[in-house]
Amino acid sequence: MNSEELAWKIKRHGVDMTHISKGSHIGAILSVADIIAVLYSDILNYDPKNPNDDKRDRVILSKGHAGAALYAALAECGFFDVAELKTHYANGSRLSGHISHKGVPGVEFSTGSLGHGLSVGAGMALAAKKDNKAHRVYVILGDGECDEGSIWEAALFANHFKLFNLTVIIDHNKMQSLTFCEDTISKSPFADKWRAFGWNVIEVDGHNHSSLKESLQINSQNKKEQEAPTCIIAHTIKGKGISFMENNILWHYRTPQGEEYEAALRELEAIKPCEILS
Amino acid sequence: MRDTFIRILEDIAKEDQNLILITGDLGFGVLKNYWDTYPEQFINAGIAEQNMTGLAAGMAIEGKTVFTYSIGNFPTIRCLEQIRNDAAYHNANVKVVAVGGGFAYGSLGMSHHATEDIAIMRALPNVTVLAPGDIKETEEAVKAIYKWPGTCYLRLGRGGGKPIHEGAIDFKIGKAIKLLEGETVAIFSTGEILEEAKKGATLLNNMGVSTGLFSFPTVKPIDYETIIQSANNVDLIITVEEHNIIGGFGSAVAEVLAGVQGNHAQLIRIGLDDKYSSIVGSQEYLRDCYGISAQQIVDKVINTLKSRYSINGTKEDMHYYNGIFNHESICDLEPRGTK
Repeated sequence: MNSEELAWKIKRHGVDMTHISKGSHIGAILSVADIIAVLYSDILNYDPKNPNDDKRDRVILSKGHAGAALYAALAECGFFDVAELKTHYANGSRLSGHISHKGVPGVEFSTGSLGHGLSVGAGMALAAKKDNKAHRVYVILGDGECDEGSIWEAALFANHFKLFNLTVIIDHNKMQSLTFCEDTISKSPFADKWRAFGWNVIEVDGHNHSSLKESLQINSQNKKEQEAPTCIIAHTIKGKGISFMENNILWHYRTPQGEEYEAALRELEAIKPCEILS
Repeated sequence: MRDTFIRILEDIAKEDQNLILITGDLGFGVLKNYWDTYPEQFINAGIAEQNMTGLAAGMAIEGKTVFTYSIGNFPTIRCLEQIRNDAAYHNANVKVVAVGGGFAYGSLGMSHHATEDIAIMRALPNVTVLAPGDIKETEEAVKAIYKWPGTCYLRLGRGGGKPIHEGAIDFKIGKAIKLLEGETVAIFSTGEILEEAKKGATLLNNMGVSTGLFSFPTVKPIDYETIIQSANNVDLIITVEEHNIIGGFGSAVAEVLAGVQGNHAQLIRIGLDDKYSSIVGSQEYLRDCYGISAQQIVDKVINTLKSRYSINGTKEDMHYYNGIFNHESICDLEPRGTK
């Protein structure tokens, strides 16, 4: 499955999962779907039949509220049955609203409280560096999440310890829970902040798969022991792909139901990659 | 205790290259030898405890056994959610070590008084909580948590410290250690306050009150067996901790006793009376200020036995208590039942 197909399926599952569960965060799921799709289609080394293979690349979804996107990607990549996605949020389900690793093959780490994933990823990267292991660690952050001080503690640490094998991808959709990031706590100039913290910074269109792929591939060749970690700032649109959700803060929490659900499906059908047969 | 901790950790580091010590930029002088000897197994994470704990979890998940180290509340409360979500939920081999439990850094002010840590850490599922009572227990506790799977909290006292136990000890996680036999009172102590508990127990025995003493280097899992045995064998159990009275060691013992049917020993918990200290002073001074010194343990025992007697006393009781007391405060006690 190519990344465009996987991205579309993640979006389709995301709409269904939040519809069935009456759950939140469809805006974030649509925003991050392309990033996750490119990672799982073109970049990561993994084996769904051996999810704990020591050689696998590690992915931490630090913005755990977009967990449905990762669950969908993992199911589509063969880690578990796609049918289980319907249990997201349900009584007794292992697919919690915020991403959980417990009993879910392929999920590296549980998150949900923001600001945790980068420190953990730094620890994983440092362990790999010490042990001369070749895998990489990818941490997906939200831009709103970068309000958390712990992100910047970890950013300092990862540069100081030259975690060349660590890549942060920021889903930079410019919105957070209540409103725009810039109207909440301004982090401008955002890319310069990461540069000032010593990181290699690459800015890309977070919905353009070839740009994403190129930046991640360049980054994955970065094997020099003394090199700084890399921060890919992926410019994205919250709610991407469904016109009435795009850049609309309402869809951080709102669940697609009724006519809105039907309209969302119609819009997704209109952008369905031709490779996917109905 | 701190010196004992690092000495034992150096021994372990020598044998296990997967042992990592991360400090939150504390331990000047103390950690130097470890740092010089095992630089690849040492990380100074800077003054950033949230990151220190998160990265410890990440390294532990990748197969390392990671000790995080700092003072008092910094490696615990400051980064509580990282301990909960990143270490404990993932059953990560992270061993959180705090030096300066209770009033060990008494003169540095309330920021450095660690007096709620046991309650908070023991409330976390998957976290094993230890507070050794002397350097012998510390030595064994460090070895034990290294081998114990999952997240642990080790609460240490001062830098140096001395042995309170005479001779070798039988140390197991989850088991109390008996120091003294006693028939009337059992004192349960956790952490470095053991020295006060022992002084108090000795004073009581000298007064004729048969007092046993148990050190509980593990607060979680708590030693049910010792608690229940004592509850059936003595009149009074006293818990002593250099910690708030709410939620800590005494509460753990109370939780066990709450489930015991029938008659059993009365429980009195000694600890800080739900307060922060806004005054400073030496550890001894503050222990005395807040009612957890040896003499105050003795007074509490005497007054409790006295009041038990005056409320429930019969001639037989009076005879019994006069028999066990050789204490002036009890001599002129008139049992209510004789009036």
